[in-house]
Amino acid sequence: MSERSDRFAGIRQEILEGMEKRVESRAAAFELRKQFLDSKTGKIGQMMKEMKNIAPEERASFGKSVNELKEWAQQKFAELDEKMKAKELRLRYELEKIDVTMPAEERETGNLHPVTQIRNQLMDIFVGMGFEVAQTREIEKDYYNFEALNIPKDHPARDMQDTFYLSPEFLLATQTSAAQIHTMEKKKPPIKIVAAPGKVFRSDDDATHSPMFHQMEGLVVDKKITLCDLKGMLDLFVKKIFGEETTTRLRPSYFPFTEPSVEVDVSCYACGGKGCKLCKGTGWIELLGAGIVNNKVLENCGIDSEQYSGLAFGIGLDRTAMLKYGIGNVKLLFESDLRVLSQINDN
Amino acid sequence: MLVPLSWLKEYVDIDITPEELEKKLFSCGFEVEELTETGREISGVVVGLVEECEPIPETHLHVCRVNAGAHGSFQVCCGADNVKAGGKFPLALVGATVIMTGKDHKTVEGVMTIKKGKLRGYESEGMLCSGTELGVTENMYPGAGYDGLLALPEAAEPGADVKPMLGLDDWIFDVSITANRPDCQSILGLAREVAAVLDKELKLPAMDYTETEVKKDGFSVTVDAPDLCPRYIGHYVYDVKVGESPLWMRRRLALVGQEPISNIVDITNYVSLEMGQPMHAFDCDYLEGNAIRVRRAAEGERIVTLDSKEYTLNTNNLVICDGVKPVAIAGVMGGLNSEIRDTTGEVMFESAKFVRDNIRKTSRALGKRTDASARYEKGVDEYATIHAMKRALHLIEELGCGKVSCTHVDVNTGNSVEPGELRVSVKRINEVLGIQVPNEEILRILKNLQFAPAINGDELILQVPAFREDMETYQDVAEEVIRMYGYEHVVPTFLWDAKVTLGGQSVEQKKELKLKRVLCSLGAYECIHYSFISPSDLDMLRLPEDAPERRVIRLLNPINEELSLMRTTLAASMLNAVSRNQKKGNLSGRLFEAGKVFIPGELPIKDYPDERDTLCIGIFGEQESFFTLKGMAEKLAETMFGHFVYEPAGRPFLHPYQAADILCEGEKVGYLGKVAYEVAEELDLRTDAYLLELDLKKLSALCDKKEVFIPLPKFPDEKRDLALVMSKEVTCGQVEETIRNACSHVGDIKLFDVYEGGQIPQDKRSMAFTVQFLPGEEAFEADSVDRFVKKILKNLKYHLDIDLRS
Repeated sequence: MSERSDRFAGIRQEILEGMEKRVESRAAAFELRKQFLDSKTGKIGQMMKEMKNIAPEERASFGKSVNELKEWAQQKFAELDEKMKAKELRLRYELEKIDVTMPAEERETGNLHPVTQIRNQLMDIFVGMGFEVAQTREIEKDYYNFEALNIPKDHPARDMQDTFYLSPEFLLATQTSAAQIHTMEKKKPPIKIVAAPGKVFRSDDDATHSPMFHQMEGLVVDKKITLCDLKGMLDLFVKKIFGEETTTRLRPSYFPFTEPSVEVDVSCYACGGKGCKLCKGTGWIELLGAGIVNNKVLENCGIDSEQYSGLAFGIGLDRTAMLKYGIGNVKLLFESDLRVLSQINDN
Repeated sequence: MLVPLSWLKEYVDIDITPEELEKKLFSCGFEVEELTETGREISGVVVGLVEECEPIPETHLHVCRVNAGAHGSFQVCCGADNVKAGGKFPLALVGATVIMTGKDHKTVEGVMTIKKGKLRGYESEGMLCSGTELGVTENMYPGAGYDGLLALPEAAEPGADVKPMLGLDDWIFDVSITANRPDCQSILGLAREVAAVLDKELKLPAMDYTETEVKKDGFSVTVDAPDLCPRYIGHYVYDVKVGESPLWMRRRLALVGQEPISNIVDITNYVSLEMGQPMHAFDCDYLEGNAIRVRRAAEGERIVTLDSKEYTLNTNNLVICDGVKPVAIAGVMGGLNSEIRDTTGEVMFESAKFVRDNIRKTSRALGKRTDASARYEKGVDEYATIHAMKRALHLIEELGCGKVSCTHVDVNTGNSVEPGELRVSVKRINEVLGIQVPNEEILRILKNLQFAPAINGDELILQVPAFREDMETYQDVAEEVIRMYGYEHVVPTFLWDAKVTLGGQSVEQKKELKLKRVLCSLGAYECIHYSFISPSDLDMLRLPEDAPERRVIRLLNPINEELSLMRTTLAASMLNAVSRNQKKGNLSGRLFEAGKVFIPGELPIKDYPDERDTLCIGIFGEQESFFTLKGMAEKLAETMFGHFVYEPAGRPFLHPYQAADILCEGEKVGYLGKVAYEVAEELDLRTDAYLLELDLKKLSALCDKKEVFIPLPKFPDEKRDLALVMSKEVTCGQVEETIRNACSHVGDIKLFDVYEGGQIPQDKRSMAFTVQFLPGEEAFEADSVDRFVKKILKNLKYHLDIDLRS
């Protein structure tokens, strides 16, 4: 009896020693387990085979003891496996240690052009106000660019110095306002359109002028449109673009196609109107031109000015982008320098 | 326009500060671009009485004791030759600022601050000043031009500030005048607005004169071109004594940058500035035939103008002639032949209205822009034409430099200079504004603006002065009211009465934006380039003479040759952008542009050209290849729900063997390829570059599929790998197309290996594909896919002589 129990104790001892001394890995633990628990070759497995040589009266207690031993060993090996697993994981983690301050692997994404970004912001706002977006042409007829807009033949704005001509009849659009005429010829009121920012051209090329720039034109024609509506609409618009605290100021100006005509200034968003370098100390920044559509323009398009009135505004996108992002030189917008283009990501 | 405050005050009582006036002008539509004080550089200069003046031995210097009243008494050294005891001169105290002059005592070199100093051992506390050192010229103060001290009058109080005395406390407003208000292009015109905005009376300058009995017998004025000259007034002045103008006139001219010349010429310039009407004076001795004739120039007719330059004219130019020859280019400049000289004894004054467009064209064509032509281009009203002549004749009398004859000729087309009546509805005015302006305010404002208004019920009746040619409708009246009433009264409303409308961008606009965003996600940056290119750009692209890209619309008046053609391709702008980037050290990158190319019908254009939305991509750098660009193209196809096919095809600016046409639905929609080495060299590219151009308009029309969900397959797909051996001439595209045509179940075809050499015969290569087979409504039968493969292999053998690799 004690000889047998010694044997059991010996195996337990052997297992414990084996675990302690020889096992460094999960694989080694598995090997050790096989030596004892493999059903054919393992020491405990073999003890099961001895059953048939055991006296019948002792078989039950022998079997019980072997089973106890087996369960004990299984338990121990399971624990060992857990331990080894944890250890190996720890080693793996350590092996995979990195210097997180090393540079990232970058996958570059590009940006929309600053002018496109401003365009999208404006479109969002005006589409939200119920404006349709019309297309503009870069090459226009004299009639649409000037005449229909109440800019008669001898008006200084028509001068060759300002306008690029392609033929006596065709020219490069000097303003997106031609879209007003095209729209009113096609649609009857109520009209609410913004002309998709179009390229416009003036024969000006110096440090602060580019011969090509972008404008967006807005036009509303309906019953009882007033200067107050213009102010209300532009107030909303500038708050969305430059921030809630921005306010507008109207001041008299002149455009042949609007009457009254106004210049719209916004309170300087850099200094909040206190006066700074950006607003040249005035607290205001000139943003756009606007006005009540001149009846002559409505009539030119066959719209009854007794019944309808309209408001129109034109905004320079390049200037807005430059103001909003602090780009100092308009030329930078058209030079495609990646160091410039990669900086502005506003939508 | 430069407006001295002192001159403005001649016509209006201004009792506010210059800064306040600037704000008032701004609020009623006159932006002051610059407001400068005449003596802004000068400070701390007072009247100094020289009490003692001793020469410093062996020098030209004197040491003086100068009494500066309340400021004290100072010892000052002075090198001027007119310093003397008992004289009064400007004394710059220690700490004062004055103008620093060069060795010639004339050249302005900056501003200096006076410090205590020592000259030849003598202490000097301050400096006695010349006119130049105070920025004062002879035309502003008599004696100021002397190369020595500026002598002040006996009456000057020692210690008093010299600035008011010398006119250095004046302010110059540089006012910008909008194109609709040519009547404000004069001091008097602006004074009218100032009076209105300040609620003050306008004081008109004196225009009275007395005609003598003297006549210029037989003198006549004929206007042959009344379409270009609606009014011409001539007045004969005799007993003329040409000399210097009085100081007050010279001073005013000088303040606005006009050099005084002689009394007669100065009167014409003065009246022009004051009233806005250009005037001219002819020396009658040099007018032949006792006549003035206004006519179109003859073709090739020549004239030498006052500045001694000769011009050859044509029938588009209007000239003023005497009985024989041209004596002036109308509205631009007088002729040298009849210029006013010191000896001039009789003068013919001209005050005329010329049509602005004609003057502008002449001025442009001759490249001659004068103060007169600028005024005529903006528009001169006949009211000013009449009154300017009266004013000039008054000044002749006032200056005593001639006698006003009774020969006055006024040739006109009958335009009235009396006020015109304008009747508008008060209700309409308020409807435009969106607010109710009280009737009494409307009346006050319009009265101030000299419209003599009256309200009768809803009717507002105005007497519009002739100089307000811009006033035609109630909208114009509304503007007058609100700019004076104040835009701060406009309360924001948001289209209260307008119908609700549905807004939105068009499908094309949305598609374009989607494409742009996809390109951004592929690492590309959007660019915008000029719509014009240079002829040299087309050469850079090596386009042959008959290339369609060379059928291009030319600008008639480009800024320069570099910006003279409307582009027919975006490639040149993109290549230039790549080149610029490389020059700045950006050696890799991806750029794209969505812009228009301009395809003319007839040339020169008779109708709107086709403005084609086009996309261009330019990529460059070590990591880029034909296939990275092709990958971008594929992504674009996917975005547009299209399928691209690529056919090898060269372009003059692309690598002959790394370039392809892009086809969609069998139609060419663009190209892509590697930039040719010759082009790269010309542009100094330091890395390879690749270019793609797509006709978005065409592409958009071809890809009109909607976004729809395709249900997930009910049955599993199957895949087969096929390693094929083929002639090197056979392209991957041909293989794919043949596989696809052989079996309708083929889904993706993926090339996974290309191999040459080894057991593959010399003239052949091997390509291995994974072909995906998609079941339709029913699952594949056991041998379905094998049958498909058999068919595919048969077709490959038949069409392209391709074998399965053994």
